[in-house]
Amino acid sequence: MIAQPQPHRSPIDPAAPLSVRDLTVTYDRKPVLWGLDYDAPAKGLIAVVGPNGAGKSTFLKATLGLVPLIGGTVRIFGKPVGEMRDRIAYVPQRESVDWEFPASALDVVAMGLYGKIGWLGRVTGKHKKTALEQLDRVGLADFADRQIGRLSGGQQQRVFLARALAQDAQVYLMDEPFAGVDAATERAILATLVDLQKAGRTVIVVHHDLDTVAEYFDHALVLNVRKIGDGSVADALSADILRQAYGGRLATAHLPDLARAG
Amino acid sequence: MENLLDILLFGGGYNTRLVMVGAALLGAAGGMVGSFALLRKRALISDAISHATLPGVAIGFLVAFWLTGSGRNLPIIIAGAALSGALGVLAVQWIKDNTRLAEDSAIGTVLSGFFAVGIVLLSWLQGLEMGGRAGLQGFLLGAVATMTVAEAELIAGLALAIVVVSLLLFKEFKLVCFDPDYAASIGRPVRFLDLAMMGLLLILVSIGLKAVGLILVIAIVIIPPAAARFWTERLSVMVTIAIGMGAVSAYIGAGLSAAADDLPTGAVIVLVQGAMFAVSLLVAPNRGAIAAVLRTRSDRRAYAAGTLAEPDMPDRGRYPE
Repeated sequence: MIAQPQPHRSPIDPAAPLSVRDLTVTYDRKPVLWGLDYDAPAKGLIAVVGPNGAGKSTFLKATLGLVPLIGGTVRIFGKPVGEMRDRIAYVPQRESVDWEFPASALDVVAMGLYGKIGWLGRVTGKHKKTALEQLDRVGLADFADRQIGRLSGGQQQRVFLARALAQDAQVYLMDEPFAGVDAATERAILATLVDLQKAGRTVIVVHHDLDTVAEYFDHALVLNVRKIGDGSVADALSADILRQAYGGRLATAHLPDLARAG
Repeated sequence: MENLLDILLFGGGYNTRLVMVGAALLGAAGGMVGSFALLRKRALISDAISHATLPGVAIGFLVAFWLTGSGRNLPIIIAGAALSGALGVLAVQWIKDNTRLAEDSAIGTVLSGFFAVGIVLLSWLQGLEMGGRAGLQGFLLGAVATMTVAEAELIAGLALAIVVVSLLLFKEFKLVCFDPDYAASIGRPVRFLDLAMMGLLLILVSIGLKAVGLILVIAIVIIPPAAARFWTERLSVMVTIAIGMGAVSAYIGAGLSAAADDLPTGAVIVLVQGAMFAVSLLVAPNRGAIAAVLRTRSDRRAYAAGTLAEPDMPDRGRYPE
């Protein structure tokens, strides 16, 4: 049976940075997100966790309207995403683009300003200055003119981060910003996210590494096609919820106590 | 040879000059549209488009014959070619969306299927007593020698329009080619922009048939941008070089073929472009093959001599790299 909006579903929270009801997405008839209800808290860093194929990236894409919704509603501060494009910044997975593209780091960061520049406007010196400031925030000012394919994986990740920073958005949706970066860079990116959060922005991050979720994040949304749990990391990452989301695969690696208990 | 030099330096008649300028604009438009096709990884679809135009060329010829009494009517044939090419693209897209066939197989199937229909129609037309049918063969290999002033003006005008529209949408095309998901996230209509790029490619291929010919028109889309990429890491420079190479090669090719009647225009243009590509591949600084060999050699020599600078470890604050 196709899930319909149920009467018992709570209404959209117009104050929430992101509020979704009954979010359902399929790929080729196979549901990858099923009847998801979620209200993002206004304060604190939010992690989206779950096993491979749980629909974490799809969750971000669905909220942005990048994949067709089979059902459900997405609201940003109570409004449809289409009206809030200038308030949302997206950081896609690094592997989603071809880094051989003939562009410099500065070119890519300047794309974060295209929304403000408009269709027929041109990238001017003023925009380049803004883009350079954002590159400086992620420690890449010296690499502004470098072709993006000649940057390391961690540097490419930071170029994407700088492009999102250039948008000066209210809500940041990031798909695995820590993927393929070394430990020191991971800390630095985290510090930048904390800065954003302290400045009152909402930061929602798809995160792969369960070991660091509790340390890095304040809230978590645990997915496995359905929503398995959400709330503060302590609540959302309970042994019960993790077992539901990951099944037996996780038991020995992350929940030794649980495994011993049987 | 004196004759050729004369023609290249605008010594030919008004007709020849106009045809050469038209060809140059066509080549420029090919370099422009081709750059985006290459970066959006759609270069091969232009081959499907060009082969899929042939039924439209034949049908356009028939329609023109019924309407005007002569099949020789470039605007109607271009319209037919563009429509038929669009059908080809839609067919590829439909197969891709609704079956598990990969895009290259879909392109190969559609390309050869449409081409076969076109060849059958064309040989049938050859057997009929219709005015202008002799010119039809020219659409396969390209022929500027028989081009009229009006035809050259039409091609030049449409080529110029392609360049102008592409320049206006340059920034948006760049964004969609690099990161379509991000473009959609900031509210850009990616489908529409893709459609616009495809539409420009369709028009370009359709107007290129007469001068370059169906079989080789893909070359003016792919070779100049591919050659230009060797010289630069910046999109604006790459597009400029591709436009320049496309224009110069088409200008020279059209001139050569006007000087010697038995040289097919399309093949000559593509030979010039091929030479430009080979030179770019070999001698371009940084990305060229020779430069790569020399770089390794000079680094080895510097390392052996102890003059290679040690890596520095600058302090960049929060970010350690």
